[in-house]
Amino acid sequence: MAITLPPLPYDVAALEPHLTKENLELHYGKHHNAYVVNLNKFIEEGKADGSKSLDEIIQASSAGPVFNNAAQIWNHTFYWSCMKPKGGGEPKGALADAIVRDFGSFAGFKEKFTNASVSQFGSGWGWLVWENGKLAVTSSGNADLPMKHGQVALLTCDVWEHAYYPTYKNLRPKYVEVFLANLVNWDFVTKNLGLAQK
Amino acid sequence: MSETNKIYTLPKLEYDYKDLAPYMSEEQLQIHHGKHHQAYVDGANGILQKLDKARKENADLDLKSTLKELSFNIGGHLMHSLFWGNLAPEGKGGGAKPGGRLAEVLTKEFGSVERFTKEFTQAAVSTEGSGWAALTYCKLTARPIIMQVEKHNANVYPMFTILMVVDVFEHAYYIDYKNDRAKFVDAFFHIANWNAVNIRLERLLDACS
Repeated sequence: MAITLPPLPYDVAALEPHLTKENLELHYGKHHNAYVVNLNKFIEEGKADGSKSLDEIIQASSAGPVFNNAAQIWNHTFYWSCMKPKGGGEPKGALADAIVRDFGSFAGFKEKFTNASVSQFGSGWGWLVWENGKLAVTSSGNADLPMKHGQVALLTCDVWEHAYYPTYKNLRPKYVEVFLANLVNWDFVTKNLGLAQK
Repeated sequence: MSETNKIYTLPKLEYDYKDLAPYMSEEQLQIHHGKHHQAYVDGANGILQKLDKARKENADLDLKSTLKELSFNIGGHLMHSLFWGNLAPEGKGGGAKPGGRLAEVLTKEFGSVERFTKEFTQAAVSTEGSGWAALTYCKLTARPIIMQVEKHNANVYPMFTILMVVDVFEHAYYIDYKNDRAKFVDAFFHIANWNAVNIRLERLLDACS
């Protein structure tokens, strides 16, 4: 069965001015879509098993084109859900408590997440994950993702240059700052934490 | 250990920012050289200064993460310096065909310049994430060998001299070509300065003989 490009959870212009319409059109319509097209080609060619779920394909594959495209589909789908119009600010409730417990304060989390995202060499992702019963901040290169490391993804920031170049050009730190201040969908992150703790 | 220690500097380009258009726009080149390359120069210098300071104060450093960062930044600086040096405006050194000993060496190894161009293009287009395609020369085997670098510093052949590079970080082409890396790599050959590449090769061969 073919993998499909999941719908964007909001309009391509919905995250303006923090991420421009052009930025999202390219990122979702070209980059995310290309990973879907590539993986379906591998399925057709018998290089990936189309009867499996995306998660199963990722878990079953090691470094290489199948893994890269499958993981990038997952990463981007997850990334879109991590944002919403009028998002950002600070989380409340169980997530806020866990952040204070594991990072000392929201500011402590923010600093760690920003550093991890800004200093990832080349292309990759900044992550908030659930690992061994607590929260942790990590980063990954290229297509790599938490499920390959025994972690549960709670939040991600895409720091491939294509994620922010149309809006911010070279200013990755500015993009990460705006991501946290204005875009993060904390309800989604809270939901992920609840599922991870079950 | 003193203030007289040398640091890295951003090299001046031998052409104006607008001169590589339409293959590389003025805005694209300006931000690439003035912002991205400058950031690697500043990054490398910052780490050298951090090392100087720690030695002066006899303080400990996290050498693992410091050296990783230094490798990325020095790599970024040197690769970009090579890149600017193997570009030229079309018709003023850019875009002609390889000549001289370079043409001989490429033809001997690849069968033809066209075959080399095809392999080099494939290496550039298929570089995973961010990186470079490079033409290198191995003195041990007297072969030109293509190198596909990830980031600025992974999958490098130690000691091989680099003759030509093309940057395939997204920042190298996103303003002009968006997600179309293949189109940028095609455009690169219109501004590739084969004479400069040939000079790099001749210097190397002369030093060997």
